[in-house]
Amino acid sequence: MNLTLKVWRQRNPSEKGGFKTYKISGISADMSFLEMLDVLNEDLSDKGEDPVHFDHDCREGICGMCSLYINGQPHGPHQTTTCQLHMRSFKDGDTITIEPWRANAFPIVKDLVVDRSSFDRIIQSGGYVSVNTGGVPDANEIPIPKVIADESFDAATCIGCGACVAACKNASAMLFVSAKISQLALLPQGKVEKRERAEKMVAQMDKEGFGACTNTGACSAECPKEIKLSNIARMNREYFSASLSTENV
Amino acid sequence: MKLDSKIPSGPLAEKWTKHKFNVKLVNPANKRKYEIIVVGTGLAGASAAASLAELGYNVKAFCFQDSPRRAHSIAAQGGINAAKNYQNDGDSVFRLFYDTIKGGDYRSREGNVFRLAEVSVNIIDQCVAQGVPFAREYGGLLANRSFGGAQVSRTFYARGQTGQQLLLGAYSALSRQVANGKVKLYPRTEMMDVVVVDGKARGIITRNLITGAIESHSAHAVLLCTGGYGNVFFLSTNAMGSNVTAAWRAHKKGAFFSNPCYTQIHPTCIPVSGDHQSKLTLMSESLRNDGRVWVPKTREMAEKLRKKEIAPKDIKEEERDYYLETKYPSFGNLVPRDVASRNAKYVCDEGRGVNETGEAVFLDFRDAIKRDGEDAVRGKYGNLFDMYQQITGENPYQTPMKIYPAVHYTMGGLWVDYNLMTSVPGLYALGEANFSDHGANRLGASALMQGLADGYFVAPYTVGDYLANLPYEKIAEDHPEFKKAEEEVKARVKQLLTINGDKTVDHFHKKLGKIMWNHCGMARNAAGLTKAKEMIRSLKEEFWSNVKVLGTGEELNLSLEKAHRVADFLELGELMIDDALHRNESCGGHFRDEYQTPEGEALRDDENFAYVAAWEYQGDGKDEVLHKEELVFENVKLTQRSYK
Repeated sequence: MNLTLKVWRQRNPSEKGGFKTYKISGISADMSFLEMLDVLNEDLSDKGEDPVHFDHDCREGICGMCSLYINGQPHGPHQTTTCQLHMRSFKDGDTITIEPWRANAFPIVKDLVVDRSSFDRIIQSGGYVSVNTGGVPDANEIPIPKVIADESFDAATCIGCGACVAACKNASAMLFVSAKISQLALLPQGKVEKRERAEKMVAQMDKEGFGACTNTGACSAECPKEIKLSNIARMNREYFSASLSTENV
Repeated sequence: MKLDSKIPSGPLAEKWTKHKFNVKLVNPANKRKYEIIVVGTGLAGASAAASLAELGYNVKAFCFQDSPRRAHSIAAQGGINAAKNYQNDGDSVFRLFYDTIKGGDYRSREGNVFRLAEVSVNIIDQCVAQGVPFAREYGGLLANRSFGGAQVSRTFYARGQTGQQLLLGAYSALSRQVANGKVKLYPRTEMMDVVVVDGKARGIITRNLITGAIESHSAHAVLLCTGGYGNVFFLSTNAMGSNVTAAWRAHKKGAFFSNPCYTQIHPTCIPVSGDHQSKLTLMSESLRNDGRVWVPKTREMAEKLRKKEIAPKDIKEEERDYYLETKYPSFGNLVPRDVASRNAKYVCDEGRGVNETGEAVFLDFRDAIKRDGEDAVRGKYGNLFDMYQQITGENPYQTPMKIYPAVHYTMGGLWVDYNLMTSVPGLYALGEANFSDHGANRLGASALMQGLADGYFVAPYTVGDYLANLPYEKIAEDHPEFKKAEEEVKARVKQLLTINGDKTVDHFHKKLGKIMWNHCGMARNAAGLTKAKEMIRSLKEEFWSNVKVLGTGEELNLSLEKAHRVADFLELGELMIDDALHRNESCGGHFRDEYQTPEGEALRDDENFAYVAAWEYQGDGKDEVLHKEELVFENVKLTQRSYK
């Protein structure tokens, strides 16, 4: 198929960016979206033009490195990562607009590449169970009901791609933060620190400049791992009960 | 030079305990005086960095991705082995050890493998304590499954995302140490060289991938946890960024490279669909627990399938050849990876492949769905089925999956002793980056086990033993050796940017991949390998005279990053060929056409090849020198592997 691509190009954070239009032909329906961009980049390189920079790594939907805001939706039209989006979702003659994630807390690095280290700093603020290597009990000493383990797992599948932030009109990171808080708050191992964790992670999230939540649910609707909105409710509960309890004052 | 594996003497089961007692300790107050560099933040790197920081060392952790959480360990699907014997089915540390040695076709060290099996049980405890949500039974205890050629259920799993959950566990431990100020993170930073001062590894040179800055980092020890080199084949299940550069630069600085020809071809991947393909996607081999592998009995029937004249469901039971079940009645669809892969190649070579390219076999869930119901199958493999459907556009609940082998894992890597130290003192290699535990073939669910064993439970002891003898003083980062290495890296960047040829980096990478897959892939022979060596040499020459790398060195430049990596793959490819050519036997993932049993199985030559090949770099364009570490087997009897 033949396509027209409108791609955001920006040399570096300080330079002004803008859309550039490219025509591309001979795209097969079996290609992934990123393979289509590979074709574009080979074309551009052959012509001596700087290839379009975009983040990607595993190309199997799990590392969370690929991003791209495609025709107004993070990761494009389906609830998958961009690397799992295939060209059979588009038609011959389509115009596709490709932008980077847009959020103050995700500054642009180059073209479609953004800096998501704010997510790392949120995890560093408390997204863990404080155990050292060694000296832990036998794995089967703590029975965990299957339903609880499964619910925790559902939250734990977050890949940290940032689509939730990109989907949100306020660029809120509540879904990402709540997924980690939920995963650990549900499990007996993580319960011990659940209040302190919620307070610290929320504080860091605010510090990074992410916006507030209005319960619109766009984050969850666009999340490639289908992280549920109920995690945000759980996070709020943990956060409020932490602020009411005297433990961490 | 004689290679000393430093395997402790004494009975197998007591070696590690004894060794742990004998290693020197660093006083807790003195640990903070040492700096350790960890390159790579996958399972091995993140777990080592976190554990060493917890002990009190100062750690610098580097990764080329934008976050440590994205390392390719995250993509491991199936599970992690541990000799817990929770299922009461006869598992033990010795059985896991035995299965691993046998699965590796007797080309690994008894001492290392036993230690791996021994600490496997601690890994599960550690991960559960971190909050890794493993699969559980209704009683609340951990669930297990049998996996990839094991006859006991010893594999722990988290749906089809075990690697993700384990890595996020290690990443959380790492993040905690970042918050504690014990680990400093360097994301989007690539290691370009190791700096050796007075014979010891004393730091690294890095390139900041955003600014292009070339920087020196001094330390007391350097741990390379940089994964495998499967991307030498261009198409593999590795991430796009996975590369051999760190290991290769270390090799050129004196670290021996072992058994590079041992590469694993994974039997259950989604087949190649066209020339545009950038990577191959693995479908976890846990699928082989319930899926049945087959092709039509006749070539004519396969031809009709390829032309889409008939659908798989039109083929009657008696016209199907469940070739693994027929040929290997006791293991059936669960034979080890190399056996399953080779047999898929055989049936496709016979013209019985089932997709347009003729390079695919069926993996059929019809019977499992009939037996357990669609919901049960979805519960076990739901995400894998979804992924398959996204990529191929076919629904595996209704029509059998099509699979074909693809490069997945590399058993070879930097030579290390029992302490995981390479032949350069102070330089360590952990996880897939080393060669140590899987012999000539890795069993399913053993890679995660090894990465975490090395990082959580081995390196924290053995690195301390080395540091205890080292003065606290750091080498200054303006030491002449650092400056010299920096200049070399800068010169190389400049060289790549000024060739101004007319072929892109990918062009060379694809060509190299084809040569390697055709001549050093699932089956190899002397004639093909000899030819391939010449082809790689001329490709390398062409690369350095005709590659086109655009942009500058002072910015984010993806083609420059790739050019560095492909240049190293070109050199590694040649060494893999030398290694494959010298090993006149078949073993595990290394299958030489000339050496097979009458049934077509790998035919080892224990008399002449029961050794670890360790290659020493001699300089650009020169053949490397081979050193041999004899493998000593005191506890297992070497047998012809049989899965009949």
